[in-house]
Amino acid sequence: MTYLWAFILGGAICAVGQFLMDRFKLTPAHVMSSFVVAGAFLDFLDIYDRMIEVAGAGAMVPITSFGHSLLHGAMEQADEHGLIGIAIGIFELTSAGIASAILFAFIVAAIFQPKG
Amino acid sequence: MKKEDYEQLVNKTVQPPAYFMNMAKAFLVGGLICVFGEGLMNMYTSWLGFSREEAGDPMVATLIFISALLTGFGLYDRLAQFAGAGTSVPVTGFSNSLTSAAMEHKSEGFVLGVATNMFKLAGSVIVFGVVAAYILGVLRYVLVEMIPWG
Repeated sequence: MTYLWAFILGGAICAVGQFLMDRFKLTPAHVMSSFVVAGAFLDFLDIYDRMIEVAGAGAMVPITSFGHSLLHGAMEQADEHGLIGIAIGIFELTSAGIASAILFAFIVAAIFQPKG
Repeated sequence: MKKEDYEQLVNKTVQPPAYFMNMAKAFLVGGLICVFGEGLMNMYTSWLGFSREEAGDPMVATLIFISALLTGFGLYDRLAQFAGAGTSVPVTGFSNSLTSAAMEHKSEGFVLGVATNMFKLAGSVIVFGVVAAYILGVLRYVLVEMIPWG
């Protein structure tokens, strides 16, 4: 059942992004930036965790989850350390994604030649 | 030709984007990437004994790896031409933007080319994400901690 919701929610988020790109002539970078902010905002309203519960990867794979994880990590540390915890924890949950993206991008760039 | 005439001519020749078709393609490919991620997560929980929460990180890292590799072979960009936002909105699109920017500038060397340009496209995502999360984090902290009934 989670598979179906993952398909529906993940697909819907992408479809909204495509509509924004077509309608307002936005670049993918504009859409991705807006979606990250939107994800953080949905987490601020405590909605995003509910989306992950229902749709699993459908909510975790789209870039909106990056905003959600940033705020989530920040709040976890803020509970322990107060305001400074926001700075300590902001990359805590996203670290795996960013680190692996940098590593793999570097390795692939070292091995492959650009096409065209 | 006057500016208005020119605009009229452009409006007549340029087709409006095929909203529905593009959205359907983005939905299909984006949805399938998420389903694949869900499958990976189930694999990690049932074969490697991760809890569902723990399985999130390796799932995302696997998607990032696959997408970087496909970008190296030039296949991800071919898929992106078909799927549009369906390939740029998932985390695989984040990885694709890092890898393609790094590859594109390889000829300028590893320091000034690969490393300097890697975040050319993806940097905006991190900047806006952190700024938004920081502001919302402070706001939330103040709301929860400072107000006794919050």
